[in-house]
Amino acid sequence: MASIEIERLVRFLGRLPGLGPRSAQRVALALMKRPDTLLRPLADALTLCADRVRTCGVCGNLDAVDPCAVCRDPERDRGTICVVQEVDDLWALERSGTYRGLYHVLGGTLSALDGRGPEELRIAGLLARAEAAKAEGVALEVVLALGVTVEGQTTGHYLAERLTPFGCAVSRLAQGVPVGGEMNYLDEGTIEAALRARQRIV
Amino acid sequence: MEWRDEGIVLSRRALGERDALLVLFTPDHGRHLGIVKGGAGRRRGPLLQPGNRLEATWRARLERHLGQFDLEAIRLYPAGFLDRPRELAALASALVLLDVTLPERDPHPRLYAALLALLEHLAASAPDWPAAYVEFELLLLAELGFGLDLASCAVTGEGRDLAYVSPKTGRAVSRGAAGEWASRLLPLPAFLIGEAPAEVPAGEIAQGLRLAGHFLNRHIFEPADRLMPAPRVRFAGLWHPEEEDG
Repeated sequence: MASIEIERLVRFLGRLPGLGPRSAQRVALALMKRPDTLLRPLADALTLCADRVRTCGVCGNLDAVDPCAVCRDPERDRGTICVVQEVDDLWALERSGTYRGLYHVLGGTLSALDGRGPEELRIAGLLARAEAAKAEGVALEVVLALGVTVEGQTTGHYLAERLTPFGCAVSRLAQGVPVGGEMNYLDEGTIEAALRARQRIV
Repeated sequence: MEWRDEGIVLSRRALGERDALLVLFTPDHGRHLGIVKGGAGRRRGPLLQPGNRLEATWRARLERHLGQFDLEAIRLYPAGFLDRPRELAALASALVLLDVTLPERDPHPRLYAALLALLEHLAASAPDWPAAYVEFELLLLAELGFGLDLASCAVTGEGRDLAYVSPKTGRAVSRGAAGEWASRLLPLPAFLIGEAPAEVPAGEIAQGLRLAGHFLNRHIFEPADRLMPAPRVRFAGLWHPEEEDG
């Protein structure tokens, strides 16, 4: 039988994504076998994150400073805002290293069944940014990098409609064959989208 | 216990980290729930999009169990119109109405056929898809036991000059019989009683949505103390901008 302290640790670990009760036990054991090299540094890192990491008041990103490092970066193109569903989508775009504009993290998509309406997402903040850009005379482009799902694209159309009065350009990411993808492994929906978005090369 | 049927995805929710709880609308087994193993993953994600038409096999040890779906694609309709706001809004509205109004495991083959026809219209971007949508909602009301009687005038019994619908009885009223009560009646768009033109004017579609929306609220949502689903409000708002926030 494990002590109350260990059981408590296992219970919390088991709540994390990808970990069930058994794997949480394994993780707890691995941590306690390496108290100085793993357990204490992890505890310190968790405390530091809990104390310092906040949601950016401008874009919804996570950072130890508010506004976040992306929003404060003077090298960033302030005329482009890329709208993403969640912070991990922002991280994916940053990993690509090809986008140098700003971001706006919505916090999800519109979903009637899950009870997520416009008020539950950071849409008001996006509209405020578009309004501020218009007032400052900045030619703003909003890039919608939302999931290619019915909910993602419905949210995209809703945003495009709400952004229209601010006169900004609204674009969305292309849809089709992924890099490294082979035709015979693609689903019918992706093939249809790719055919519709085909580009002439000659 | 096992059956095979085709069906259209109404909605999907994650069940744990890997699986999904799918709501499928089938012709012979109605609105049916089931678990899809691996349904929350990337590989199965595109298959489980709302509006997709799938071949389904449902298995469970007992009929009353939730059971498990095995699925294959027949046609992934929404991929064809994800970039068209009105069509996508119509799809979301039709699916959520079915999902929140139909009881489980109650077959409605006529409604299934109407939904399939609507999906075909939407995918083809046929000019009469908005009319097909309004007719779908009126059929939904009829299948739930609240059909409108648009064949003859409730006052005179005649089938000519029908122009209004009583908001209380759901019966048509002719222009002549309406008289001074006309302002209290709901306008009856011409395409619902005569031969619809290839492209119904937007004003008539708006009237049709108002008509169906009134009776959906009166018979389905208000008695259950529920609001009209947001996708339906949003879709109607595309034809009635003033209803966007209602």
